[in-house]
Amino acid sequence: MRTLKFLLQKELIQIVRDPSILKILFIMPMIQLLIMPLAADYEIKNINLGVVDQDHTQYSQKLVNKIISSGYFKLKDYSPTFPKGMYAIEADKTDLILEIPPHFERDLIQENKAPLLVSVDAINGVKAGLGGAYIQGIIQEYNQDIRDEWLQNPRFNQQPAIEVTFSNWYNPNMNYRVFMVPGILVMLLTIIGSSFAANNIVREKEMGTIEQINVSPIKKWQFILGKLIPFWILAFGVLTFGLIIARVVYGIVPFGHYITIYVFASFYLLAILGFGLLLSTFAQTQQQSMLVSFFVTMIFNLLSGLFTPIESMPHWAQILTRFNPIAYFIEVMRMVMLKGSGLADIKTQILALLGFAVFFNGWAILNYRKRSG
Amino acid sequence: MKQFLIFIKKEWLHIWRDRRTLVILIWMPVIQILLYGFALTNEVKNSKFAIFDQSRDEATKTISAEIAASRYFSLWKNVYSYDDIGATFRQGKIRLAVVFPRNFRYDLLHTNHAQIQLIADASDPNTANMLTNYATSIINDYQATLNRDVAMPYSITTQTRMLYNPELKGAYSFVPGVMALVLMLVCAMMTSIAIVKEKEMGTMEVILVSPMKPFKIIIAKTIPYLFVSMLNIACILLLSVFVLDVPIVGSLCLLIGESVLFTVTALSLGILISNGAKTQRTAQFASMMSLFLPTLLFSGFLFPVENMPWPLQVISNVVPAKWYYIIVKNIMIKGLGFSYVWKETLILVGMTVVLLGISIKNFKIRLA
Amino acid sequence: MAKEKVITAKELTKKFGDFVAVDKITFDVEKGEIFGFLGANGAGKTTAMRMLCGLSLPSSGQATVAGFDVYKENEKIKKNIGYMSQKFSLYEDLTIVENIRFYAGIYGLKDDKIKDKTASLIKELHMEGSEKALVRSLPLGWKQKLAFSIAIVHEPAIVFLDEPTGGVDPITRREFWGLIYEASGRGITIFVTTHYMDEAEYCNRVSVMVDGRIDALDSPANLMKQYDSKSMDGVFLQLARKAVRKGD
Repeated sequence: MRTLKFLLQKELIQIVRDPSILKILFIMPMIQLLIMPLAADYEIKNINLGVVDQDHTQYSQKLVNKIISSGYFKLKDYSPTFPKGMYAIEADKTDLILEIPPHFERDLIQENKAPLLVSVDAINGVKAGLGGAYIQGIIQEYNQDIRDEWLQNPRFNQQPAIEVTFSNWYNPNMNYRVFMVPGILVMLLTIIGSSFAANNIVREKEMGTIEQINVSPIKKWQFILGKLIPFWILAFGVLTFGLIIARVVYGIVPFGHYITIYVFASFYLLAILGFGLLLSTFAQTQQQSMLVSFFVTMIFNLLSGLFTPIESMPHWAQILTRFNPIAYFIEVMRMVMLKGSGLADIKTQILALLGFAVFFNGWAILNYRKRSG
Repeated sequence: MKQFLIFIKKEWLHIWRDRRTLVILIWMPVIQILLYGFALTNEVKNSKFAIFDQSRDEATKTISAEIAASRYFSLWKNVYSYDDIGATFRQGKIRLAVVFPRNFRYDLLHTNHAQIQLIADASDPNTANMLTNYATSIINDYQATLNRDVAMPYSITTQTRMLYNPELKGAYSFVPGVMALVLMLVCAMMTSIAIVKEKEMGTMEVILVSPMKPFKIIIAKTIPYLFVSMLNIACILLLSVFVLDVPIVGSLCLLIGESVLFTVTALSLGILISNGAKTQRTAQFASMMSLFLPTLLFSGFLFPVENMPWPLQVISNVVPAKWYYIIVKNIMIKGLGFSYVWKETLILVGMTVVLLGISIKNFKIRLA
Repeated sequence: MAKEKVITAKELTKKFGDFVAVDKITFDVEKGEIFGFLGANGAGKTTAMRMLCGLSLPSSGQATVAGFDVYKENEKIKKNIGYMSQKFSLYEDLTIVENIRFYAGIYGLKDDKIKDKTASLIKELHMEGSEKALVRSLPLGWKQKLAFSIAIVHEPAIVFLDEPTGGVDPITRREFWGLIYEASGRGITIFVTTHYMDEAEYCNRVSVMVDGRIDALDSPANLMKQYDSKSMDGVFLQLARKAVRKGD
């Protein structure tokens, strides 16, 4: 135990003396948290609309106006023919084209039906899906407006009508910041934590000071713990800093309790740091450990549900998610911050992270060799 | 020239001998493309939902079955109170709840009006939107079946066509993005770390004293990574076409040419970073901050740039990956030719020239 | 009276694949000796020493250090030895005092003992005033002496020194050997590897490794007589000429 005390003393002194560490630990998250949420907005607005109006009547014009006044679309192109309209899509000027065929108004009045054609640049599936849905919604409303206007007797319309009402719980303003900021904080914690942990032991290997440790009576678990604990404490500092920024800059206050987050974070950090330490027991050079920790955390981050929903992933990928610590924390963060979930609600996640922590740290201790074969 | 080749050989040996790193450099991108191509998507399917049915009549049961049968939804459970709905949301199990009031069918048939309430977990606004859209259209379809015999007057029928990516597959948007990401990582980050490593180890001074012009030495360091990147691009393209079913609609030659250009841009960035960093750790974090995260955010493959606040849109113009993403998208997915991408190409060329210029100048100052 | 043997090795061997780095070496070191482990670069000295320190697992053969078996009682050995590597292995970003405190602590010295030791070390090394200086800023000679003193801060039975005098001037080397003599006088056995043949003459006994084998083992005086040479340099040259392995 005394040995551990001396190890911790040394580690802490080294961390405090190194200005670059503190800079990275606090400045980097600050910048990321200030910029990323502003950029990471999935909200679909300002869809660029191209119109090919071959009818040029009052009603075709009304339709276009209605679409534009909805606020979802910006009219960026107005072409006489479809091929010209396509040109705008190809050049990325517009995201979708509404083609109003000739005789639109006449057909609607005389034939009782008229077609419209919508072509969507579907490379971005979400944009295409939502854009298509929005415009269809507006067209249907327009259709209903026309019926209300032209049909003298509304009661003529004796159809059963189902009215669908919508309620949005937990994020009534439909604000993406609230959704993304906690997740981004988790991602930052993970990248910083595992990189530092991975880098630390390898650095001693490269510099040679690790030999002096190996030749001493220090036990393996003491050594690993001596590396784990200081960073664990530091990581809490980064977490707190991030939460303060979230509150002060974005006004994000958890619906649940901060304590829940901290309790979960303590397990999470043990796991993530353990992972980094494990990596560094394998790596021979800093380049290797950085590369691997970076790639692996990048994969885990992108597949964690932060940027794309887990429910959308194919079944095999969803199973993989169960082995991804980051996915758990993202889930918990959102549950606690947005829905007010408590400790009882997240007990499975806590257990899972405990498992990860034991697994990674245990393996790191076992894998670390004071004596090479 | 011969000296230059000797240096390149030495650098290549460094990489070749570090088998572990080499393996990672080649396999990681492959694994990523496969993972992201298949798993990363914003499409909504099999989303779990709950039903709070206070009528339990033929109509509500039919509608519930239709929703559950759709590929967008999968029924999690039936709940029996609003509190239940809240609890299930809090446990993170469902994203949508469908609430039927009492006497639904009766009201529908006798007063021609009935309500259904859709409660969405709006933590993720887009998903909430999409789910409510899908549920609403299923409900509308049901309503249409009731009205089958009566033809609605004045109907506008809308036909929607999805261009380039009819199945709305996520891969179409992600593959070009991952290409940009991988190239940035391998070229820029690895190169900068490699150069800084030499500084840290002290062997840089030895090299600088040699008769080779110092900048040529740096270039020699980047050439092997250029080679590895080409390998990566080839792997990614092969995987996209044959495994992910994302075809290369446009000219393969043009695509490769542009990729080489982007690689060179990335390498120049790597050199620039290595000029400033003193330790490998700093090089890594600097690369991460100025390369990886900006590429992720501002290239446009994950988040549409047009949605960002104006200052960020300006920043995105400085990110090379943004232009490369547009180029790859246009060539690979839209099948367009050079006339559509010459502007972006010119921008990349410009960036490369500027970056290299700054690096050379900086380098000289450092030596002095 | 037979002197107590603190290191014994019998047919100790280390192979890396097909390459035999250390080839069945057999030797003993007596308590209180200054034992020089000589050889050219690449002869296998460092590899052999690493096996005795518990840094490397032997391929075959037997050895005991401080009475403990290197295979089974590795960790017990570590409590009783000190070690100084070629790179000195002090923490550059820690001060002199912090380094002393750390190593003294992990070798189990109590707090008051640590305080005493720190004070006496600083005094002996004439480093008063520099207690708070970072090791990074110290001249090479100081680092060397400090590293040695820290290696024996826990008064171990044996201290292993791996090429400890590389890169320092002759005067500093002299002073360093003064420290070694002093430690030896206190009963600490010194096991030192070096390729400086003049230092060989400071040792009680030396062994010369060639191509992984021990080709000579005796006191310097006897060796010089045996090989009819006025200096250890001459002895070494004759032995090394037979070497097949080139240096590092």
